[in-house]
Amino acid sequence: MSYFSNIFYGIKTLLTGMRVTGKYFLNSRKGAITQQYPDNRGILKMFDRFRGEVIMPHDENNEHACTGCQKCEIACPNGTIEIIWDRGLDEATGKKKKKIDQFVYHLSLCTMCGLCIDVCPTDAIEWGQNFENSVYDRTALTRVLNKPDSKIRPGVED
Amino acid sequence: MSIIEMVLIALVYLGIFSVAGLFLVLLERRVAAWFQLRIGPNRVGFQGLLQTMADALKLVSKELTGTEKADKFLYNLAPYFVIITALMALGVIPFTKDFQAFDINIGIFFLIAISSIGVIGILLGGWASNNKFALIGAMRSGVQTISYELSVGLSLLTMILLTRSLQLSEIVEVQKNGWLIVQGHIPAIIAFMVFMIAGTAETNRAPFDMVEAESELGAGFHTEYSGMKFAYFFLAEFINMFLIAAIATTVFFGAWLSPFGITESIPWLGVFWFLLKTLILVFLMMWFRWTFPRLRVDQLLTLEWKYLLPINLVNIVIMAFVVWQNLIIQF
Repeated sequence: MSYFSNIFYGIKTLLTGMRVTGKYFLNSRKGAITQQYPDNRGILKMFDRFRGEVIMPHDENNEHACTGCQKCEIACPNGTIEIIWDRGLDEATGKKKKKIDQFVYHLSLCTMCGLCIDVCPTDAIEWGQNFENSVYDRTALTRVLNKPDSKIRPGVED
Repeated sequence: MSIIEMVLIALVYLGIFSVAGLFLVLLERRVAAWFQLRIGPNRVGFQGLLQTMADALKLVSKELTGTEKADKFLYNLAPYFVIITALMALGVIPFTKDFQAFDINIGIFFLIAISSIGVIGILLGGWASNNKFALIGAMRSGVQTISYELSVGLSLLTMILLTRSLQLSEIVEVQKNGWLIVQGHIPAIIAFMVFMIAGTAETNRAPFDMVEAESELGAGFHTEYSGMKFAYFFLAEFINMFLIAAIATTVFFGAWLSPFGITESIPWLGVFWFLLKTLILVFLMMWFRWTFPRLRVDQLLTLEWKYLLPINLVNIVIMAFVVWQNLIIQF
């Protein structure tokens, strides 16, 4: 009698499906995944693995972790990163040492592949959460990531 | 009834139900959004209440385009067929004892007949568009409507065995001793289930939306329609959904009668009860739409000819037996 068992199986599975969607319907008030973007700009938090742009975090002493090794510049497939470097006197040892002058980042060339961040030996650069990158002039997309007068954090070696 | 009176009533119905149809579209969009954990349109007016009005205004103001080799006359005629039949059927629906435009003695028969004229509009639109997607969609619609018309008719016939009348006001009158779904118990519940399945198929809604199956046919029979003509098709779909729910309300759930007669002394509240029952059934159809996957054509025909139709025929015999032996539950 597979005819009747077919009917009952059909009805049962349909009701199971309706129970699932019904549960979603009742919980939609609490769990809506829609972001009402321009309105919630203040509280909108992007997820951890979001690839917005490359940033170089600085600590409170205006120090970063970039040694100027240029591994990121070599890893970058499309020339997004340009490091202008110099040699300066290291205060601790008194020897001449490579240091960055300007870490230039062309956001308009970047494909967010993340190779530079993977390759960085000192974790000097990482992903930023900012996604509002529209500008009126494309020169605004070329950024210097190290802040003015910043220097390398003492003890960071690659 | 004088001609002027008829025209006035027609205009009132036209006004009420084209606006009501727009709100049904909005309801569908909001409900769909809630089923998918979204928010839905909530910007135009309070909670998006004016969204579909704005959409309709936009569609009115758009240019009407069409294919060069379309059969212009039939192409333009099709949307009117669809919308007019949908609105015509509303005339016999009893919203309250007095709010019923046209109480004819063959009410149910008229409803079934009118609701199958709509498919001619779809066939015309598909044929006249001169587009392969439209044609396939229209042909599927023909197959589907002809098949499921049987189930709709037979499930309503099952209930007519109980009411012994085709006139809708009579059918409501019978239900003063308990709604028909209670009076007819088991066969009535089976008939209701069959009617809802077949009714959903009649309105060409998911899971039976073979007619416009987006992933296969573009937009189906209305691929080549734009602007207001498209809006007519769209509106007709929603009015048809309301209509199927309204027929189910009238035949199974006591139309404008309040549950247990709690507001019997205030007759105009009937509209409220009628709309409440209808909207619950409309919601059920929306629930179907956002839960079930679309059927294939062969599954669609298997469901009708191998399952619904035999069940229906047996069900009529059961109902006849119930009425003959007077096993009806009445209060």
